[in-house]
Amino acid sequence: MRLRLIVLLVLIGLAGVHAAPAAANHEIVIGMQCDRTGATQIVGTILCPGKHDYIALVNSKGGVEGHKIKALEVDHEYKVPPGVESYERHKKEGAVSIDVYGTPHIYALAAKLTEDRIPGTSPGFGSAAAADGIRYPYIFPIAATYWSQGTAAVDFAKKQLGGSLKGKKIAYIFYDNPAGREPIEVLEDLATLEGFTLRTFAVPPPGVEMGAQVLDIAQRFRADYVIAHLFGGAPAVSIKELKRVGYPLRKVIAFVWGSAEANIEAAGGFAVAEGYYTMQFAGVGQDYPVLKEIREMYKKQGKPAPKEMASTVFYNRGVLIAAIHVEAIRNALKAKPDGKITGVDVKAGFEKISNFTLGGLVPPLKITPNDHEGGGLVQIWQVKGGKFEKTTDWFSAYPDVLAKHIKAAGSK
Amino acid sequence: MFHRECGVLKTSYEADMALYPLPIARWTVGALAVLFFVVLPLTLHEYYLSIGNLVWIAVIGALGLNILVGYTGQVSIGHGAFMSVGAYTAANLATRLDSPWPVNILAGGLMAAAVGAIVGIPSLRIKGLYLAIATLAGQLIIEWIINHVTFISGGVQASIEVPRPRLGTIPLASQRQLYFFLLAFVVLAIIATLNLVRSRVGRAFIAIRDQDIAAEIIGIDIFRYKLLAFAISSFYAGVTGVLYTYFLGIANYEQFQINVSIDYLAMIIVGGLGSILGSVLGAMFITLLPIVIRLSMEAFGGMFLEPQTVMNLIPNLRLMMFGALIIFFLVVEPEGLNRLWRNIRNYFRIWPFAY
Repeated sequence: MRLRLIVLLVLIGLAGVHAAPAAANHEIVIGMQCDRTGATQIVGTILCPGKHDYIALVNSKGGVEGHKIKALEVDHEYKVPPGVESYERHKKEGAVSIDVYGTPHIYALAAKLTEDRIPGTSPGFGSAAAADGIRYPYIFPIAATYWSQGTAAVDFAKKQLGGSLKGKKIAYIFYDNPAGREPIEVLEDLATLEGFTLRTFAVPPPGVEMGAQVLDIAQRFRADYVIAHLFGGAPAVSIKELKRVGYPLRKVIAFVWGSAEANIEAAGGFAVAEGYYTMQFAGVGQDYPVLKEIREMYKKQGKPAPKEMASTVFYNRGVLIAAIHVEAIRNALKAKPDGKITGVDVKAGFEKISNFTLGGLVPPLKITPNDHEGGGLVQIWQVKGGKFEKTTDWFSAYPDVLAKHIKAAGSK
Repeated sequence: MFHRECGVLKTSYEADMALYPLPIARWTVGALAVLFFVVLPLTLHEYYLSIGNLVWIAVIGALGLNILVGYTGQVSIGHGAFMSVGAYTAANLATRLDSPWPVNILAGGLMAAAVGAIVGIPSLRIKGLYLAIATLAGQLIIEWIINHVTFISGGVQASIEVPRPRLGTIPLASQRQLYFFLLAFVVLAIIATLNLVRSRVGRAFIAIRDQDIAAEIIGIDIFRYKLLAFAISSFYAGVTGVLYTYFLGIANYEQFQINVSIDYLAMIIVGGLGSILGSVLGAMFITLLPIVIRLSMEAFGGMFLEPQTVMNLIPNLRLMMFGALIIFFLVVEPEGLNRLWRNIRNYFRIWPFAY
C-alpha cells in the first residue's frame, strides 16, 4: 500500500511534467498573473483579456523584432501562496518579465524578483516607495503610485476650488488596509503646505458599510472636497451613500480603483453618478488607434470584438500593461537581436521607455534607472451625460513632496 | 503510519506504545525519507520544489491546528492571526536586533503561544460554535493591531522585509535550499506531534475532547490543559508564520487574513480531525489540488476550446471542481482522507481472503 502512495506521488509529478510544455525557441515569455475569480475579479475579468488581445495583436503583426511573445497567464484568486506558485511557474518557463497582480503579491515577490533578477510590474498598486529604482531595482510601478495619485488629487481639488486651498476642508475616505493608508502621510504634508484641513475617514473591510463616515463628511465635517480611495465593491457604495446624503458628486475625486465603468454600473448607472470625477492611469474610451487595430484583427478572423472592450477603463489598462512589457522587451531585443534576452536585459529595456504613448492610451512615461514610476501621470475623467468625459490631460503634481517621501522611504 | 500487521500480538505496554509497531513501518518511513530527502529534490525542477515548499508550510500549520481542533476539540478560527504574530515577532527581531533564524523561529513560536493562550481563555467557559466566534474575534483584533500599530508592523505598509536565513555563511534563498530547510521542520513537527499525542498531555487533550466533565472528574486540570492546547497549537502556527516569512523574505499582514484560517480548517477537516497523517494529507490535498486541476486543464482544455475561452474558464472551473471534489471526498468518507486511507488498508489486510 505504501508503494501505492509513492506511485501516486510519482504519477502526480509526471502529470505535472507532462502538462507543462517546454518553451519553444526564440519565443519570449511574459509571466502574467490574473485574478478572474478572487476578491478583485471585477478588475481581472476585463483587465486580462485586454492584455491578451494586445499580445495577440503584436504577434499577428509578426511579433517583436521577429520574435513571438507568449503571455503565460496564471490565475491566483488574489491569494498569496498560489501567487508564489505562479511566479515559480513563470520562472520555470523562462519568463523575462512578470506582470504581477495584487499588492500583497508584489510584496511577497519583491525579494525573489530581485534575487532572480526578473523585472516585475505593479501598475497602479503596490508600494509607492518602489518608484525608487536604486532601492528596488527589479520592481516597476510603471503607473501612478498611490502617492502620486494623492498629490494629483489635491492639485485637482485646488484647481476645482478656485486656485487656493487655504482654509478649505478636504475629507479623505479610504479602505482601511495598507494600500488605503499609504497616501495619508503625503496628504498630511500637503495639508500643511497648502493650508487646508485634512480629515481621514477609514472604511473597515470589506468596505460595504460607510453610512456613518459619509454622513460625517457631508453634514458634520462639511468637506469642501472629498478624495476617495476605495476598492472592489466599496466605490459603488460610496457613490450611493454620498448621493443619499445629498453631497454633490462633482466635489468627489476617486483614485484609480474606484474609477471604472464597472464601479459606476454597480452604483446604479451613469445617471446616478453624474458629476463624479475619476482618476485614470490609462486612456478611457474606444477612440484609440490600437483599439481599432484589435477590432480589425478580430474582424479578419471573422469574429466579433470581445465584449470586454466595452468596459474601456480596465480593458485599456490591460492594453497599457501589456504594451509597456512588450515595449521593454522590444528595447531589450534591440540591444540583443539574437533573442537570447534575460530579465536583466528587460530591466534595462524598461528603463529606456520614453515617450511611448500608443496614440494617447498610454501617458508619455519616462522610466529611468532612478525613476521606475515614469512620472506618475494621470488624467481626470468625469461622469457626464452617460459616459466618461476627459477633464484634464496627463499631469502630475508636487514632484518635490513626492521626491522627499520616496527618498525618506528609501533610506529606511 | 503505512504498515499492515496480521493481528494484535502485543505483550507489553512498551510494544503498545511503540511508534513503529512492526519493522515494515520503520522501512516505510525510511523509504519515504529517502523519497522526500533525496529522490524528489534531486530529480524535480525548482518549480515543483516550490510547490513542495508551500505544502510543507501548510503541513506544519495544519498539524498545529489539528492538535487544538482534532485532539482537544476546541474550534479555532484564529490560526492565521497566530501565524502573523509569529511572523511579525521574527521580522522585528531579525531587522531590529539582527538575531539569527533559530532564535527568531523560537521567539516567534513562543510569542504566538503566549498570544494563543490569551485568545484561548474564553474556551474555559464556552464551547463549539461560541468558541469559534470568540477566536474569530481574536483573529480580527490581532489583524487590526498589526495593521494599525506601526511599532509592530514597521510602518503603514504593514510589511517588513527580512534577510534570508543563513546556514553558516550560505544564505538559503533558492527553492531547493528552502526545501531542505522547511522539510527539516516538517520532520521535527511530525515527530513532536506523534510523541505529544501519546504522552500524558496528549491523552489529557483527547479526554477533554471526548467529555470534558469526565476528564475533570478523573483529575485532569481542564484550565491548564485547554490553555496548553491553545499555546501548543499557536506555537506551531507561530513557527509556520516565521517559516512563511523566511520563505517569502517579507512579513506582510495580508498573507495572514481570515481566509487563511479557513483554509487551514478545511485542510484538517478534509484530511481527518485528530490524525497526524490526516493533517499531512489534508495540507497536501488543499495545496496541490488547485495546481493539479489547473495543469491538467491547461494540457487538455486547448483541444476543445479557444485559448481565450480556456483562460477565462480555467479559474472558474477550477473553483467548481475544487469545491466538488472536497464535497465528494467528505461524502465518501466524512472522517477525512486519513480514514479513507485506513479503510483501503483494512480492506487489503485480509485481501484476497475477504469474507
